[in-house]
Parts: sequence; structure tokens; C-alpha cells
Amino acid sequence: MAQPVPLRPVDAASAPDDMIAAAHRTAPLLRFERVAVTYGAGEAATMALSETTLDISAGDFVALVGPSGCGKSTLLRIAGDLLRPTSGYVFVRGREIGAETVRMGMAYQSASMLPWLTIRKNVMLPLKIVPPFRGEFRGKRNGEFRDRVDALLDQVGLLDFAEKYPWQLSGGMQQRANLCRAIVHEPELLLLDEPFGALDQFTKEELWQVLQSLWQTRAMTVLMVTHDLREAAFLANRVCVMSARPGRILEDCPVGFARPRTLDDTFTPDFVALNQHLRDRIVLVRSGEENTL
Amino acid sequence: MMAILKRRAPSISLIIGLFVLWEVACLLFSVPDFVLPRPSQIIAEIWTRAPAIWPHAERTLFTTLVGFAIGVGLGVAIGVLIGSSRLAYDTAYPLLIGISSIPMIAMVPIFVLWFGYGIVPAILTAVILCVFPIIVNVAMGIATVEPELEDVMRTLKASRLDLLWNVSLPRSMPYFFASLKVAITLAFVGSVVAETVASNRGIGNMMMIATSSFNVPLVFAGLLILAVMGVTLYAIFALVEARALRWATRGTRGAAA
Repeated sequence: MAQPVPLRPVDAASAPDDMIAAAHRTAPLLRFERVAVTYGAGEAATMALSETTLDISAGDFVALVGPSGCGKSTLLRIAGDLLRPTSGYVFVRGREIGAETVRMGMAYQSASMLPWLTIRKNVMLPLKIVPPFRGEFRGKRNGEFRDRVDALLDQVGLLDFAEKYPWQLSGGMQQRANLCRAIVHEPELLLLDEPFGALDQFTKEELWQVLQSLWQTRAMTVLMVTHDLREAAFLANRVCVMSARPGRILEDCPVGFARPRTLDDTFTPDFVALNQHLRDRIVLVRSGEENTL
Repeated sequence: MMAILKRRAPSISLIIGLFVLWEVACLLFSVPDFVLPRPSQIIAEIWTRAPAIWPHAERTLFTTLVGFAIGVGLGVAIGVLIGSSRLAYDTAYPLLIGISSIPMIAMVPIFVLWFGYGIVPAILTAVILCVFPIIVNVAMGIATVEPELEDVMRTLKASRLDLLWNVSLPRSMPYFFASLKVAITLAFVGSVVAETVASNRGIGNMMMIATSSFNVPLVFAGLLILAVMGVTLYAIFALVEARALRWATRGTRGAAA
């Protein structure tokens, strides 16, 4: 587990430069500190996320699980700087989010490919937008960038479909392309919101392995929201169980199985026991929710 | 090719059949040609008067196309503005609905008042008639980008312009082309109506003069010319649409890549 770093408002005026630099190196990639989110105001206000603190160090793979409506996706959106928390702080490498640039990629359950572009061009889209690729896009789109996209498509088994349009692909294949689009620009932080939620069991399991190998071959930190406990246990280094709304993290459960994990691993007693444990926690949380209602 | 012909055969025969029926009915009931001329008389009229009709047809086509072009430019600009900002949408949409429910033809006298007789009121009428469907459709296409896609773009730190250029604009193209087909027809309506009251040239003007001298075949000739021009332009835009938007029609017309 990542050690919480006692890093707090870095007062630039009083702290020596090397101290800041040192704090920088040791700070986790992403730190949520007493982050809370309330929607609406006054009487109608609903708290979506109660004070949550979570550290994610570089290279980690963290899964968020919990009953529906517990604020998992809210936390993910905060990490993506798509939503500012009502209170609390989010730090990226020790500096407040927004001040520190971190290259991010994101994928949702719906592949949301652009239907007028081929798969190759869809996957290439981030290179057109994210610096430093952006500046070189015109010159390299038919050369280096194209090769790069093709290599990625090859890794997920889509190279033969590079010239196809999204609607010519199955849901599972579109989701592979979606993953490629999310990581083609070598993001440091990959945010996944139930990426395989709409797929059948077999396709899902295939894609777990695809994602695992993509993560293992890159220096990439992953934060993933999922409903599927097997998925969480298969993919993640840590599984964070969240309480019912307003959510907070009840348990931060390390997953120690050796990598690369195989589907056979998911039938070992240890894996099943971990699954059972996670399940029990969530069932308990859900029934608790019903009691309070 | 044969397949297309086979599918089109019923509608083509319906059109031809109607003209034949018209011709036969007029002959059978000996309808005088100052009430309802026969199609053959109308076509003969066009043929013999072609040199006199041509400048009018040319003017109407020119007026319509200029009005349409201005309408498209204006419509896309306003549509993009309104579609890409919540604030602009909320602010301007009620006003647009209000303006578009005014019968635009009622603006013609005002344009005449401001700009006098001639080509300007006709162009302006064409513009205001055709601009609204374009605005509404483009704005709709841009405003309905999937929120997931917007999030993905935002995590890439894409600027508004990036989003507009790479996602919203291409996405709104089907809406845009659908509105073009409506708009070109409305532009014709606008220019012809304005010509009937405020011009010394154009098919609308020609029909007014023909009416006052009871040259009924010429009136109908004007109508036929308008129909042919309207259908032709509609067909051109339908063709452009089909070419540009293969992705939006997908399997339905066998337009696989």
C-alpha cells in the first residue's frame, strides 16, 4: 500500500526549492484529501461523496467497487478534473490538480467512437489534440504516428480492422478500440468507468487480459470503476470498497496475486476467498443502506 | 442501375400519368386554356417563348442561390454559436422561436420600404426564410454530442475549438444536410414571392405580368419552370448529402466502406 505522504500546502515563499522538489518526487501521483461532493443546495442538497481520502502512487492499478450510486464515478470524474469537489483537495504529484499537468486518458462503457472516421483515425484522435504530439501531427500522421497506432491496434488484435468504420465492428472490438484511443498518447493516468460493463462474459474476460498486458507494458497508473468484483480482483493491485451513498472508502484491499494473472487464477481458493470477502462487504453495506431508509 | 430504375418506376409513371390525365381531361371536357391550359400547351409556350423567359428564370435562380448561400453561412455561424454554449442557447433560443413563427413573407413590404424594388428584397426574403431551419438543425447537432465523448475530450485537455472541429461539427453534418434540402426549397419560395410584389424581373414577376394580361399558359409555364428548378436543386443536395455522409447512412443503402 502506498504510504500517505505528509505533504500539505507547499508554501512556496517559506519552503526551500529543494524541499519542494523532494516533496514532488515522493508525493503520490494522485491524492484525494478529504474530498466531498454535494449536489444541489439547501434543502434539496444531496451528498454524493462524503469525505474521502485516497492515495494512488504512480504505476498502481486501483479499482473502485461499491453499491450503485455510491459516488465511484464521481470520484473518477474528480480525478479527471471534470468535476471540482465541493470541499477537500486533489493533488497531482503534490500540487493542486489543474496546476500540475498530468497526461490523462479516459474510457467509458460506451465506446463512443466517431462514426465518420476509420478505427485507425479514431484511435489517432488524441495525438491530434494532446501536446507534444499535437504540434507534430501534420507531419507524422502518415508516418510515425500511424505506425504507433498500428502497433497498438496489433497489440489488442485489431490491426486487420484499422481501415474499418466503428459500426462494422462488434461491441467487444469497439471497446478494444476505445481502450487504444484512451492510451495512444501514453497517458500517465488512465481513468476507466465500467469499461467492460456492456460486454458478455467471454469478451469481458478476453479484454481483462488485453488491459492487463497494456498496463504491464506501460508506465501507466490506472483508476477503474467497476461493478464486477472478479474484474476488480483480476486486474487491480488494490480494490477500494466504497460505502452506500454518500460514499466513502470502507476498505482498501491489497490484491497480491502474481502477474501476469491468468483466467485460471480466478478459480484458485485465494482468489475466490478474496471475491467472497469483497462481496460480503458490499452486501453488508447495501443492507445497511436499506435499514437506514 | 436496373434495380434503381425498377424501384423508381412507380413514381415516374405516377408523374407521367398525372400529366397525361390532365391533358386528356382538358381535351375531354374542353376546358378553355385561359382556365387551365393543357401540359402540351404549357411546354409549347416554354419552347416558343424561351428567349423571353430565360432572363427571368436566370434572375430567379441567381436570387435564390445568393439568398441560399448567405442563409447557409449565417445559419451555420449562428447555429454553431448557439449549439456550443449553454448560455447562448438559453439566451437566444426563445427569441429564435419567436422570430421564426412570424410569417416571413410579411417582411417583404418592409424590405421594399428599406431597399426599394429590385433584387435586394428578393435575396433578403430568401435569406430569412431559409436561415432558421439551418440554425435550429446545426445547433441541435452540436448540442447533442454524447457527454461521454465530451468527457474524453476534456480529459485530453481539448480546447473548445478542438471539440468543435473534431467532434461537434462533423457530427452535426447529417442535421445540416437535412436542413439544406428544406432550406433550398424555402429560398425559392422567398425569392419568388418577393419578385411578385417587388421586382421587375424574375419568374415571380413574369407570372404577375402574364396573369394581368390573361396569358394563362405563360403563368403555368412559370410554375413548371419553378418546379423543375426546385426539384433539380433538391436532387443535387440529396446527392451531395449521400456522398458526404456515407457514414450516417451505413448499411441501409449498402454504402459499406
